Amino acid sequence: MTQKNRVNGGLIDRSSRVNFQFDGKTYQGHKGDTLASALLANDVRLMGRSFKYHRPRGVMTAGSEEPNALMKLRTGARQEPNSRATVTELFDGLEARSQNRFPSLKFDFMGINDRFSNFLTAGFYYKTFMWPRAFWEKLYEPVIRKAAGLGSISFEDDPDSYDKGFLHCDLLVVGSGPAGLMAALTGGRAGARVILAEEDFITGGRLNAETHAVGGMSGSDWARSVMAELESLENVRILTRTTVIGAFDHGIYGAVERVSDHLLVPESGKPRQTLWRIYSKRAVLAAGATERPIAFENNDRPGVMMAGAVRAYVNRWAVTPHQQVAVFTNNDDGHRTAADLIAKGVDVTGVIDVRPDAPSLVGIEVFAGAHVVNSKGLLGLKSVQIRLANGEIRDLTCGALGVSGGWNPNVHLTCHQRGRPVWNDTIAAFVPGGEMPVGLTVAGAANGHLSTAQALQTGADAAVRALKGLGVSAAAPDLPEAEDAPISLTPFWYVKEGKGRAWIDQQNDVTVKDIKLAHQENFRSVEHLKRYTTLGMATDQGKTSNMGGLAVMAELTGKSIPETGTTIFRPPYTPVAMGALAGRSIGKDFHPTRETPSHKWAVEQGAEFVEAGNWLRAQWFPQPGETHWRQSVDREVLQTRKSVGICDVTTLGKIDVQGADAAEFLNKIYANGFAKLPVGKVRYGLMLREDGIAYDDGTAARLAEDHFVVTTTTANAVLVYRNMEFARQCLWPDLDVQLISTTEAWAQYAVAGPNARKLLQKVVDPEFDLSNDAFPFMACGEITVCGGLQARLFRISFSGELAYEIAVPTRYGDAMIRALMEAGEEFDAVPYGTEALGVMRIEKGHAAGNELNGTTTALKLGLGRMVSKKKDCIGNVLSEREGLNATGALRLVGLRPVDSKDVIPAGAHLMNADGSVSAKTDLGYVTSAAYSPILGCSIALAFLKGGGDRMGDVLRVINPLEGQEVRAEVVSAHFVDPEGERLRA
Amino acid sequence: MIINHPLLGPRDAQEFTYLGDASLIHRPDWQGEDASGQFHDYLYLRDNPAGQHRELWFHEVGDRSWLVVTRNTLTHEISNVELARDVARREGRGK
Repeated sequence: MTQKNRVNGGLIDRSSRVNFQFDGKTYQGHKGDTLASALLANDVRLMGRSFKYHRPRGVMTAGSEEPNALMKLRTGARQEPNSRATVTELFDGLEARSQNRFPSLKFDFMGINDRFSNFLTAGFYYKTFMWPRAFWEKLYEPVIRKAAGLGSISFEDDPDSYDKGFLHCDLLVVGSGPAGLMAALTGGRAGARVILAEEDFITGGRLNAETHAVGGMSGSDWARSVMAELESLENVRILTRTTVIGAFDHGIYGAVERVSDHLLVPESGKPRQTLWRIYSKRAVLAAGATERPIAFENNDRPGVMMAGAVRAYVNRWAVTPHQQVAVFTNNDDGHRTAADLIAKGVDVTGVIDVRPDAPSLVGIEVFAGAHVVNSKGLLGLKSVQIRLANGEIRDLTCGALGVSGGWNPNVHLTCHQRGRPVWNDTIAAFVPGGEMPVGLTVAGAANGHLSTAQALQTGADAAVRALKGLGVSAAAPDLPEAEDAPISLTPFWYVKEGKGRAWIDQQNDVTVKDIKLAHQENFRSVEHLKRYTTLGMATDQGKTSNMGGLAVMAELTGKSIPETGTTIFRPPYTPVAMGALAGRSIGKDFHPTRETPSHKWAVEQGAEFVEAGNWLRAQWFPQPGETHWRQSVDREVLQTRKSVGICDVTTLGKIDVQGADAAEFLNKIYANGFAKLPVGKVRYGLMLREDGIAYDDGTAARLAEDHFVVTTTTANAVLVYRNMEFARQCLWPDLDVQLISTTEAWAQYAVAGPNARKLLQKVVDPEFDLSNDAFPFMACGEITVCGGLQARLFRISFSGELAYEIAVPTRYGDAMIRALMEAGEEFDAVPYGTEALGVMRIEKGHAAGNELNGTTTALKLGLGRMVSKKKDCIGNVLSEREGLNATGALRLVGLRPVDSKDVIPAGAHLMNADGSVSAKTDLGYVTSAAYSPILGCSIALAFLKGGGDRMGDVLRVINPLEGQEVRAEVVSAHFVDPEGERLRA
Repeated sequence: MIINHPLLGPRDAQEFTYLGDASLIHRPDWQGEDASGQFHDYLYLRDNPAGQHRELWFHEVGDRSWLVVTRNTLTHEISNVELARDVARREGRGK
């Protein structure tokens, strides 16, 4: 029997044997243990080193509020730092390692920090590492981070999956102690949809940690009997291992279910954790209370624990933290710990009670009116020094000390909507108050009702009231008989005696002295106190320390604790793994992938793809022997301009506009006129924002009097549609017009090049005349292809060639691209990707996303005359603003290097041929640049001050970042076919 | 947050896109006196109340209705939700 601290009883399965490792040493525990209880059973008190001073520390609590016993669990990719041993369910094969120590827990080099503690007080970093400034990032911070820190991560990808889920209920009950169980039972019996969320792996809360009888049986047995009934009800869902982490708007709660944290490896197909979003009509918070410590000199030695935690270990886990235990308390609750330890045969060496009128206990010495003033034991408590009421000092032998300073209701969730708790004198603690999250009521200890009987009663009452609000009449179940001890407590926060350090916040190594220093340096508001001393930060968020800190500050400022106030509690209630927040949205699933109708075919052709928004588009199609992307792109451009090329343009946004007022509507949407566009014609359109800046361009094709098809750029498809709906519903609600996005409904291909018509004639059904007279440039129409397939044809050109765009229903997209390529064989048709598309539009001088950069006006694009002054349209009034129309402002031009071997860098700035290079002499910048295979040199589009007035001038194109400088001539942006003869051919 | 859509019932706010102040419905007359001044105010000057706020939400991944939502910016309490088209008509917008 190596578990020397194991006592009788408890809720563990003694027939089971669970092997685990701590710092490389193997131990045994039982099913039902936590890592902390199993370590204590094996007489391990030293569990970690503190954050700043590397002080030896042991476990302090038995719950999620634990500040000290933080461990690295598992190894390899599943290694997880900063796990609280108190809530880590023991499983076979668990490997745990202590943190923040080197080389070992018992001998830690950085323990030297403790000797220099006078220098490491509050604000130390702020005061010391101020200069030289550059040292902060390179030297101070890395060194400090290494020395002061918590656990480390594995730097490997998490092999487990995390889920997100949505739940709906009438009544959410947070916590399954006596109050929560009664609330859930009340709701369950009334037929309401109830969710009962419990952080622990068993339900019952404190009932499992106490020895009080409930309804004539043990508390845990009573809890089990209620659970049996709840489990039989179909309308009740019980979520154990689930922490409700936040109360959000309108009754929505976040909860993390640790589905597989209690297993070495998750079961196949199961996530590690699930983040639930719970939509509740009403909620009852029954989250219980957290015991708070009393600070005294050297109160952080391993073995100094919360009295309630000692009780939980001895009653639930059948573990005493040591063979000899003492208790330090300011209330009756501490006496229960002593009594329960005695009942398990543990040697209780004394109860130190600060109250002069402390009650006596049978068989234990009670030191009334006494204080613990110091402790001894380097790596674990050996004794405490107490000052008796008569002033005498005495040493009391003990390996563990249970401390009780009273209980703080767990009000956190009630504050997530900025509600502020209020002070309750009876229990000397904050209780929920002010404005609660909508639909939330609080019951039991969380509301300051600390006895079991009150918890049962208020739990049932809260549920009855909540359901009444939903129109459901529920009856409170008969209340079982339970203890109803009155509160007897004398507020007592810290022992004033002694020159050493009394620890308020053990996780952040904040002492009473630090708070005094903060006060002295005028960081007195609670929010300043927190930031200056780090009180209440990190993984435990001050669950055991905030009140002590407040009490010290209140005393120093001469204010009461409620006047001093609390910091704001924010979600999450306990730390949440990043993986749970990310859920499935990781890697390639971070956003959806949209594939075009020709995707499968393009993959077969060996295309390289590029992400455009969520779309994957073919970037170029390498041919055998091509080793550089430019070879592929140049070939695609040359062959398209020489014969014919085909490009998937499905990703462009498509919006179907129908209705008697469709033309009038588009007239308001586009800066240029659309009212007179004849049926069967397409027009280029420019859209402005209301502030007069151009934000998107595309085409609108009039298929019928009352039917247009609008195209947008790929990137703005969603925004343009949203804006059009805004105009339709909010600005001109009486226009007879309907909109629908058809981007996914049509597969669309550009067929461009001198042989485009010949190619299309082979797939378009013969009754449709494609001759230049019958179907001229900017014509459109509904046609059929391949023997009757419905299609649309638009004679529009982005490349500057004779070009068409043909659209077929998406499901025929794959067949269409294959048919087009087959028909194109005799012309050596090439597929081309987005790179060749980009090169050809630059050669043609078409603006695209690079030019529509959020500062671009129609005027700047050379399209000033397009903006109609004769009609109302979005953006036309403010496009008239003086500043946007100044002479000499930026205009779109083309650039060609003087030496054709030079390459014009995109983004480079323009300067005069001579003179200084500065922001003052800046003349503009290059927006798009490409190698033009037709011209055999680099070309660019640029915004240049004075624009067209500078034709023929030679400028310097300068990129100071990379030391590039090229001389270039200002030319027309239309490099290819400026007269547009090809596209009208 | 949950927005009680007038046609579809309670929907999660995640389904919506937020635009801003419902005064954006009141686009000035382009031929009105001091149109550019009016448009300037329309576009750039907004109230930012701590309390009741009428604002435009677009049910982007739903039925694509624009809604006017009356929301308390301090508590997120939503006291009224209407179709923006109905509001626009009532407040004098037409063709």
